[in-house]
Amino acid sequence: MDLKDISPDQVVFWQWDALSLNATILFTWIIMALLVLASIAITGKLSSGYKMSRWQNLLEVVVSQMREQIGQIIHQDPLPYMPFIGTLFLFIVFSNTLTVIPGFLAPTSSLSTTASLALAVFVAVPLFGIRDQGLIRYLKLYVTPTPFMLPFNVMGELSRTLALAVRLFGNMMSGGKIVLILLSIAPLFVPVLMHALGLLTGLIQAYIFAILATVYIASATKARKQKEEKQLKQEDDKPQINRGEKHG
Amino acid sequence: MDNLALIGVVSIFTAGITIAIGSIAPALGEGRAVAQALSSIAQQPDETNTITRTLFVGLAMVESTAIYCFVVSMILLFANPFWEYFKNAAGG
Repeated sequence: MDLKDISPDQVVFWQWDALSLNATILFTWIIMALLVLASIAITGKLSSGYKMSRWQNLLEVVVSQMREQIGQIIHQDPLPYMPFIGTLFLFIVFSNTLTVIPGFLAPTSSLSTTASLALAVFVAVPLFGIRDQGLIRYLKLYVTPTPFMLPFNVMGELSRTLALAVRLFGNMMSGGKIVLILLSIAPLFVPVLMHALGLLTGLIQAYIFAILATVYIASATKARKQKEEKQLKQEDDKPQINRGEKHG
Repeated sequence: MDNLALIGVVSIFTAGITIAIGSIAPALGEGRAVAQALSSIAQQPDETNTITRTLFVGLAMVESTAIYCFVVSMILLFANPFWEYFKNAAGG
């Protein structure tokens, strides 16, 4: 990819009529194969005892950490949301960090990939919301607090999807572009530093994408939880006040 | 100046202005947010995890305005549709 190409879509490896195999598709396939095959190879021989392979240990750390992070945000059982959010996170992390390999172009630096990831979140939010609290209650979220807010709620849903896509794309594209520009200005040592910075921003952007997806899903599913908590609080009100007085 | 040169001049100038002006406000906002988060962590070290997570999400939100400006200036420089259109018109 040279400086003039704005996305890896423009790097075409193989073309046959309308079908073309560009860098985005190829490297997406490579990452998919890497993730799936590694997971199959590791989970093929799991052990439940104290003795385990180092790869199983690695996966356990990743999975339990993701579960903990999601649980801290949504304050409920993270298990139903983990496959979706975890997959998004792992895919983005791998595609962002593998850019240190020469010749690898991050699929996330193409707007098509990030737009499709954001669309997946856009579809997943109502699905999780409806599964959690039913169609009617989910649709009611759009007319809260008043029906006048309906257009703003819909606009917000659309604009945050756009923001999700453009944010990831802009960050990853800018990382690659800055390295390319620096290569023509100071080719000896500076691009290495920018690559290191690119690793950091890649990880942070993957984290942010996953966190934002979680927050959006939580906002579609949390309404009922909050109501229940409020009721519980009202029931526990008296003892709490007494306790407060004692401490005060 | 013909159309092509005019478009080139305007595109380059606008790209520079876009990223220059567009990064001022997010920079100030991010500075404020980080300063506030640091003082919050100093006051309540127990809440570091929550504060850091919220800070990152907020920073991403703030930063996205600068990223939009960056994307617009990159499109102006590298994928300018008007440039292609007038180049084809001049050639054909």
